[in-house]
Amino acid sequence: MKRSPGDTARSMGLITRRSAVLGALQLGLCGTLGWRMRQMQVDQADEFRLLAEENRINMRLVAPPRGLIFDRNGIPLAENAQNYRIVIVKEEAGDVDAAIERLRQLIYLDDDELDRARREIERRSPFVPVTLTDQRSWEDVAAVSVNAPALPGISPDVGLTRNYPLAEDHAHIVGYVGPVSDYDLGKLDDDDPLLQIPKFQIGKTGVEQKHDRALRGKAGARRIEVNAAGRVMRELGRDDGVPGADIQLTVESRLQNFAEARLSLEQSASAVVMDVRNGDLLAVGNAPTFDPNKFVRGISSADYTDLTANPYRPLANKAVQGAYPPGSTFKMMVTMAALDAGLIGPNDTVYCPGHYKLGDRRFHCWKRGGHGWVDLDESLQQSCDVYYYEMAMRVGVDKIAEMARRFGIGEKFDLPMSAITPGIMPDKAWKRERYDQEWRVGDSLNASIGQGYVLASPLQLAVMTARLASGTRIVPRLVKSVGGVEQDAQGTEPLGLNENHLRLVRKGMYSVCNTNRGTGFGSRIVAEGVRMAGKSGTSQVRNITVAERARGVTSNADLPWERRDHALFVAFAPFDAPRYAVSVVVEHGGGGSSVSAPIARDLLLFALYGEVPPLDAYPGGQQGAIRDMLSNLRLRDDFRPGEVRSRA
Amino acid sequence: MSFLEYNVKTVPSGVSKILYLNWALVLLLSSVACIGFLMLYSVAGGSLEPWADPQMKRFAVGLVLMLSVAMVPIWFWRNMAGVAYLVSVLLLVLVELFGATGMGAQRWIDLGFMRLQPSELMKVTLVMMLAAYYDWLDIGKVSRPLWVLIPLLLIGLPTWLTLTQPDLGTAILLVTGGGIVMFLAGVSWWYFGVVIAGGVGLVSAVFASRGTPWQLLKDYQFRRIDTFLDPSSDPLGAGYHITQAKIALGSGGWNGRGFMQGTQSRLNFLPEKHTDFIFTTLAEEFGFLGAASLLALYALIVFFCIASALQNRDRFGSLVTLGVGATFFLFFAVNMAMVMGLAPVVGVPLPLVSYGGSAMLVLMVAFGLVQSAHVHRPRGR
Repeated sequence: MKRSPGDTARSMGLITRRSAVLGALQLGLCGTLGWRMRQMQVDQADEFRLLAEENRINMRLVAPPRGLIFDRNGIPLAENAQNYRIVIVKEEAGDVDAAIERLRQLIYLDDDELDRARREIERRSPFVPVTLTDQRSWEDVAAVSVNAPALPGISPDVGLTRNYPLAEDHAHIVGYVGPVSDYDLGKLDDDDPLLQIPKFQIGKTGVEQKHDRALRGKAGARRIEVNAAGRVMRELGRDDGVPGADIQLTVESRLQNFAEARLSLEQSASAVVMDVRNGDLLAVGNAPTFDPNKFVRGISSADYTDLTANPYRPLANKAVQGAYPPGSTFKMMVTMAALDAGLIGPNDTVYCPGHYKLGDRRFHCWKRGGHGWVDLDESLQQSCDVYYYEMAMRVGVDKIAEMARRFGIGEKFDLPMSAITPGIMPDKAWKRERYDQEWRVGDSLNASIGQGYVLASPLQLAVMTARLASGTRIVPRLVKSVGGVEQDAQGTEPLGLNENHLRLVRKGMYSVCNTNRGTGFGSRIVAEGVRMAGKSGTSQVRNITVAERARGVTSNADLPWERRDHALFVAFAPFDAPRYAVSVVVEHGGGGSSVSAPIARDLLLFALYGEVPPLDAYPGGQQGAIRDMLSNLRLRDDFRPGEVRSRA
Repeated sequence: MSFLEYNVKTVPSGVSKILYLNWALVLLLSSVACIGFLMLYSVAGGSLEPWADPQMKRFAVGLVLMLSVAMVPIWFWRNMAGVAYLVSVLLLVLVELFGATGMGAQRWIDLGFMRLQPSELMKVTLVMMLAAYYDWLDIGKVSRPLWVLIPLLLIGLPTWLTLTQPDLGTAILLVTGGGIVMFLAGVSWWYFGVVIAGGVGLVSAVFASRGTPWQLLKDYQFRRIDTFLDPSSDPLGAGYHITQAKIALGSGGWNGRGFMQGTQSRLNFLPEKHTDFIFTTLAEEFGFLGAASLLALYALIVFFCIASALQNRDRFGSLVTLGVGATFFLFFAVNMAMVMGLAPVVGVPLPLVSYGGSAMLVLMVAFGLVQSAHVHRPRGR
C-alpha cells in the first residue's frame, strides 16, 4: 500500500517545519552550553584554577631552627636538642579514641598528656597534626614506625626543643622558652605564621624573650600535593625558611658559673661584674636560681609552687630587678657633687661627734663614738656619715641627684633582660610629683648616705663604679653580636668631669680596701698590680625606733631575716689600670664590709685571673679559710681547673 | 496498514549498500568514541585498564552492530518496532522483579557477555515505536485527543517503570525524547503549550508551598533543590560533587592543563570520573578548546541526522532519524548541563565517551537504524 503523494508531501512539510523549530532549539541549547563553557573556562578560569590549586596544594609550615646563644668565648648557653614526638592527624585517624587505644598497646602514654592532646584535637582543624606525646625515646619512635600501617593518622615526628646545657647558671640572663599561649598571641601583636604552629616555642623571659624575633628566624613552608582523601602525594616545593640568628653574649660562662656558686653561699644575693672599658657584662649573678629546662618541658605545678613560695625569690633577676637603698656606696656620688660644686677640698675636714644635729633631730653616724676630724679620703675610708650629712647640707639634693644620674643611678638601661628597674634618684621635683610634699632637709641627709628615697639596682651600682673607674660614660651591654653582627660598645666618651676629682674618689676607695682603718681592709687583695678599690654599704630596711635604740636592739643577729640590713659592696680592680667593676648585694645579709666585700673580691680575682684565683692573692691569715671555701664551691667540673692551687 | 514508499529497484542492494552509508556520520561517531578512549585512558592514570580497553572492544562490536542493522532494510525495522517495544517493556518488568542493583539505581540483566540495561534499550525502542505509530496513523488524525492519548500511554508505561527503579535521568530522557517525536510528527502546538504551562505552574506551586502547611515536597527534597541552585551551601555534602566538577571544568582555562595533567581527576577530587563526570576531565585537560570541540562534534552528529531526515521522504525513516538524533542530543546536553551546574545531577552519561556497555551498544544500534533509513530511503520517483 502506498501513501498518497499528497500525504507524503504534507508529512515532509510538517517534519521539515517541526525539525527547523527543533533544530533551532537545539542550536540555542548548544549555544547556551558553549557560552557557559566560555564563561567558566575563560572568564572565571583564574578563579577556578585557584580553587583547584587550593584543593590539591596544602602548605605546611616548617619551623626554622632557633638561633643558638653563646657566651663570649663561644660556649653554648642555649642549644637545640632533638625531640621525638608522636603526632596524630584527626581526619586521617578517624576515630581518635580507637587510634589512641591502638597506640597505647605499643607505648606507654601519660593520661595527663593525653587529656591535653584531646583538648587540643578538639580545638584544632582536623587536618592539623597534634602532638600526642613528646620527649619520647628512639625505641618508642621505632615501635610506632614499624606499626605504621596499623596506626592510620599517627606518625612519629622529630622536632627540635630548647636545651640549656648550663642549666641554672644563666637562667636569669638567657631566660627560657615555652609554648606560645593565647595570652602571648594577644600581647605580641605579631602576625608571624610560626606562632600558629601548636606548641611553638617562643622566648618567655630574658634574652630569649627580648631577642625572640632574631632567634626565631623566618618560617619556611612545604608545598605538598594532597589527593581528595587528604593523603600527601608528593612534595611540590620546599622553603626551609631562614634559621634564627645566633646570639653571642658578653657573659663569660666560667665567671658566671663561679659567681652563681659563690653567691649561693648566701641565702639571697646578686652581683654584677662588668668590664669598665667597654661595658661588657661578664657575669650577672643571682642566688638562689632555678633550672630553665624545667620550664621548657612544662614545669610541674609542685615545682612551680616551690619556686614562687621560696622567700628568697629564685625566679627574680635581682641583679637588675632589685631596687635597694645603696647605703654608703652612694657616698662617692655626694663626694663628686661636692667637689664639682667646689664646696669642699680634699684637705677640708669635718668634725664627727657621732651624730649630726638638725634642729631638735639627731642624725646618727654608724660609729656611735664619732670619727673626730675627718677629711675626704678618711670619710670614704671609714664611711663617716656625719661628713656626708654636712656635704648634703652644703650641696643640696638637686646637685647630688644630677651627679648621681651622670653615673647611671635612676637610669633604666636597655638590656635584654626582663623587668629591669630604673631605681629612684630623688630630688625636690620628684618628691613634689610623687608625694605632693616639699623636700625636707632631713630627706637630703638621708639621701646623702644612700638611704631614704634613694633606690638603686646592683646593675646601676656596677655601672656607677665602672664610670668612676674609667671616667667614661660607659653603658652596660649584654649582647656581643646578633647573627654575627657585632654590637658596638656605647658610651666610651669621657664623663666630662674633672679628672682630679675622680682620682680623689678612686683614691678614697683604694683607702677603703688597702688601709688598715678602711672598712674593706679585711677583704683586700695583696697580689701586686691587681689591688682592689671599693666601698662598702650597709643599708637599713627599717627604722630603728627610739624604743629599740633604748633597749639596744641594733644588732642584726637579733632580728628576723627580712628585717636585717642589706649588705652591699662595690669595687673595681686593678686600682692602677681599672679593668673590672663589680657590685654585690646580699639581701638582709648584714654588714657590707664583712659579707659582701669578700664576694666582690673573689669575683674580681676570678675575672682578673680567668680561673679560680691563687691563694697568694689573699692576705696570709685568711688563706686557710679561703682555700676551704673555694674548694667547696659547687663549680662545673669542666670549668674547675683541677684544684685550687697556690702560686709559687 | 503500511505505506510503502519504496521503489525497491532504486534502493541499493547487497554489499554495494556500504557505499551508500552516511560515512560522515560514521566518521563523526568514531571520532567521538576515540576521544572517549583517550579520556578513559587518562582517568585511569595512563592505563588501558580498567576502562579504555573494554570500551574499545565494545565500540568495535558496536560498529559491527551498526553496520549490520544498517544493512537490513528499514521497513523490516519498522515492522519490528512493536515487537522491540514489547520486549523492552517486558525486560523492564523482568529487571524490576529479578534484576541486580548497581550504583544504587541502574538495573541490568546479565547476559553473560555483557550486562544489558533494559532502560537504555528502551530509549531507542520507544523512538522506534512512536515513529512506527505515526507512520501508521493517518496524518489528519495526529492531533485528535484519542490518537494523542495512545502515544502518551506508550511513553508513560516505560517511564513509570524506570521511575520505580528509580532512575530519574532515564525517565526524563524517555519523556523528553518521546515528546520530541510527537512534536515532530505534528501533534498540535496546543498540547505542548498546555503541558509546558502546566509544568511551570506546578513548579511555581511547589516552590510557593514551601513552609506552608500544604507543602508539596518533603523538606529533604527542598534541600536537594537548594543544593542544586547553590552547591556552595553544602560544599561537603551533596554539593561536593558538583562543586568539584565545576572546579575541574573551570580550571581548564583556554588550553587545558594538558593530557593526563588534570589534577582534579588524577587526585580523585572528581566523582564518577569515568562515567557521568568524564566531561569535566576532558574540559580540565583540554580546556575550552577541547570542550567546545567535543560539543561541536556532537552538534554535527545531530546536524547530519536532521539533514538525513529531511532528505528522506519515508515518514518512519525520517521520524526515527530525527528521534535518535534528538535522544542523542538530550544525552549530551543534559550531561554537559549537569556537570556545568546548569541542571541538577541526574544520572545521564556522556554518549560514546562515558564508560558503559549498554549505552554504547544501544546507541550504535540506534545509529544503525539511522544508517538503514539513510541507505534505504526512497530514491527517484
